[in-house]
Amino acid sequence: MPSNKSVSDAAITQFINCRILRDHRLQRDDLWVREGKVLDPEKLFFDEKGYADKLVDCEGSIIAPGFIDVQINGGYGIDFSQASDDVSSGVSFVAKKILQHGVTSFCPTLVTSPPAVYHKVLPQIKVSDGGEHGAGVLGFHLEGPFISVEKKGAHPEQFLRTFQSGGIEDLMEAYGGLDNIAMVTLAPELGGSQSVVKELCQRGITVSLGHSVANLSQAEEAVHHGASFITHLFNAMLPFHHRDPGIVGLLTSDQVPAGRTVYYGMIADGIHTNPAALRIAHRAHPSGLVLVTDAITAMGLPPGRHTLGQQVIEIQGLHAYVAGCSVEEALEAASLHPAKLLGISHKKGNLDYGSDADLVLLDDALNVEATFISGEEVWRKGP
Amino acid sequence: MRLVILDDYDLASEWAAKYIRNRIIQFKPSAERYFTLGLPTGSTPYGCYKKLIEFYRSGDISFKYVKTFNMDEYVGLPRAHPESYHSYMWNNFFKHIDIDPANAHILDGNAEDLETECQAYEQKIAEAGGIELFVGGIGPDGHIAFNEPGSSLVSRTRVKTLAKDTIVANARFFGNDLNKVPTMALTVGVGTVMDAKEVMILITGAHKAFALYKAIEEGVNHMWTVSAFQQHPRTIFVCDEDATLELRVKTVKYFKGTNNNNSSVEKSSLT
Repeated sequence: MPSNKSVSDAAITQFINCRILRDHRLQRDDLWVREGKVLDPEKLFFDEKGYADKLVDCEGSIIAPGFIDVQINGGYGIDFSQASDDVSSGVSFVAKKILQHGVTSFCPTLVTSPPAVYHKVLPQIKVSDGGEHGAGVLGFHLEGPFISVEKKGAHPEQFLRTFQSGGIEDLMEAYGGLDNIAMVTLAPELGGSQSVVKELCQRGITVSLGHSVANLSQAEEAVHHGASFITHLFNAMLPFHHRDPGIVGLLTSDQVPAGRTVYYGMIADGIHTNPAALRIAHRAHPSGLVLVTDAITAMGLPPGRHTLGQQVIEIQGLHAYVAGCSVEEALEAASLHPAKLLGISHKKGNLDYGSDADLVLLDDALNVEATFISGEEVWRKGP
Repeated sequence: MRLVILDDYDLASEWAAKYIRNRIIQFKPSAERYFTLGLPTGSTPYGCYKKLIEFYRSGDISFKYVKTFNMDEYVGLPRAHPESYHSYMWNNFFKHIDIDPANAHILDGNAEDLETECQAYEQKIAEAGGIELFVGGIGPDGHIAFNEPGSSLVSRTRVKTLAKDTIVANARFFGNDLNKVPTMALTVGVGTVMDAKEVMILITGAHKAFALYKAIEEGVNHMWTVSAFQQHPRTIFVCDEDATLELRVKTVKYFKGTNNNNSSVEKSSLT
């Protein structure tokens, strides 16, 4: 209504009385949204002589970009690695549930599985936008099966694989296809894996190193070929050793090509990683930290806030445990960094003008009060 | 002329903001009769804008029926540049109040035809019924808006080349790189401001003291263009103690004395 007709008739929403995360700081400023994207209010004022149709009073809350979870295996009784006929309902169910934890986009994660499972599950889910129905699907995260036996963790050993014939062909054979895949975790010490890393990256798929006994040079070579993530740092990899730091050494490696960042996932629940180790990683490489839940089927059961999508707990945990990690850094570790990792930071993970208006409203203790996708409220905390 | 002297910058800003507030309230603006306000930019009016925003937030005043006309804008600086006067007005004033964007006028320094832009601006002011209250500042060289020394005292809105003094004074906003400071600007003329029903000039700080002296204690002179307002029927100069440092003690004492005789407008200003 109140905007130059030649530009847009769409309604404009103005979030007031809030602190927004912008330029790495929480600033007292209003947030404007139109047609699902963050709007530049100055342009609106001068170019269109426009103003807001609707005001949303945030009553002092923090507005952060919606959280992005790149490693979540299921939850609320759903296991993404199950070869069901109706994977989509399971994914949708979880997608809807995680809205209450401020997660607006995620990568459904599959652990090591036999080809039959991948062939059945993968084609059923497409990359899709979020909305009232649930968080957006950014693509699968396939953790395995090309991982190390010694570091299989909870993955089933009988389904682990190595690259036999031509690297990428093995991968295609295992998965059945590479559509709608956002990320693959593999072990770079496996023979033939480096060319696979290269090819996956060329296809725009993020490659992550994990469940591996690689040494630092093998890890660096993978990064050179395009790998950019470390799956749950410290867990399922060789421990840091001062003469060969292994994958952990990527945090401070001087072999990382200029302009590129190696991100690392952390499950900051204080259990998977000792808080002191978490602090070492954060201090060494604060801009690479990505918070993940690595949530499993049991998440959310029994009901209650003990998981809080684990991310928010993690954030609180991070805040509590990691001295020097500010609220802003914690929020960015759950939004901006995963977006940059997946190469989608031009539209997600931040509140820049033009970005998708996926938002989470938080109180000072970082409890989720409301979640928005494309500017529409999709979840609000009950009274 | 009225010369209102406050102890410091904050008090001067508050006095000026209260004056504007009271004038608008007493005018009782409506959809049929807007209050037209001329506005400046720069560090001097910053405190005044903050106060006006406070008054808006506490419900004392609304800008719904106020039309504003800014004095000037750089030529060739992108509108979204943080140092453009559009950015200044948006960040320091417009975004915090309830003014209708269609009523906030600022010269467009990126217009295709600058001359036409200037003429159109004069036209818009005329169509709005003229300016009720024009608020301005003063440069260290005594200029009002960008009417640099030598500007005609009957000038209208036009393109001006900036004086060296002005460019140097502005360098601090452009990383102290003289090469980055715009060299031309669009500005309302001295004559344009003289047409306003009332003019209020804010002057604070010792670095403006000499300019104030030249403006009010010496003759009307196109080298100190603010001096033109000696010939305006309703001018108020609002300043802090530091800005009076070059004035005669007699002048200061006289005006401090008159300020103690409260007019009805002033009484409400002091509360």
